[in-house]
Amino acid sequence: MSEWDENQVREALKSALEPIGDADLQRDLWPQMLQRLDRQEAVRVAWFDWILAALLGAACLFYPGMVPALLYHL
Amino acid sequence: MELLERFAAGNLEAFETLFRRHQKEVCGWILRIVREPATAEDLTVETFLRIYRAHARFDSSGNFAAWSRRIATNVALDHLRRSRREVELPEEMAASARPDPAMGRELRQQIRAAFEQLPPKYRLVAVLALVEEEPYENIAAAAGISVALVKVRVFRAVRILRKRLAAFKPVSRETQAIGDEAR
Repeated sequence: MSEWDENQVREALKSALEPIGDADLQRDLWPQMLQRLDRQEAVRVAWFDWILAALLGAACLFYPGMVPALLYHL
Repeated sequence: MELLERFAAGNLEAFETLFRRHQKEVCGWILRIVREPATAEDLTVETFLRIYRAHARFDSSGNFAAWSRRIATNVALDHLRRSRREVELPEEMAASARPDPAMGRELRQQIRAAFEQLPPKYRLVAVLALVEEEPYENIAAAAGISVALVKVRVFRAVRILRKRLAAFKPVSRETQAIGDEAR
């Protein structure tokens, strides 16, 4: 069994992986960024909507009798 | 109002300016870690999304480049954790690597496989310190750890790699020199 010293490991890694160095980005990523931001905006739900939904869910759970009334008003 | 102050206030135009100014640097840094160009681009967008979400926490008197590099490092590390696997480098990168005549194909594959099996936090410092030869101080700043811890992780990464490569004959300096002459 052979022993590798640290320099051999270093050299071997550099040969196997090849340093990338200062590779240049070939294109502008801003359009992708805007798409991500738009997607994020689309799924964002305001915090008070979450609270309202939670209150409604809790009310239906504790007072099942109000479910038909709620459905009637929908 | 200064650009960084406008960004910290949530101004989208200021964010766009900063994005265009720093995207190359951030993408290049991530590419050095993940080594897949398409993934690096996706993670660059993910990095800037996190940056935009965290705009209110940014100190406008601070260094945006250093802050973005740190977030980019976390994003890349998250990716390494998610995608830890026992596969070779993608064809694109493998093909672009110059073949080293001193090193056999099988050995190169074993080294890549051993490298990919490293725990992500070791892989991060190993690739930056050993392959990209990034100064330890830069790695420490980007990873949010001390220089001493970077050194410890590099040491442990090398130790793991030595253990995993023990079945293979090391590439001697003489063979390497012959290989270099042959190029």
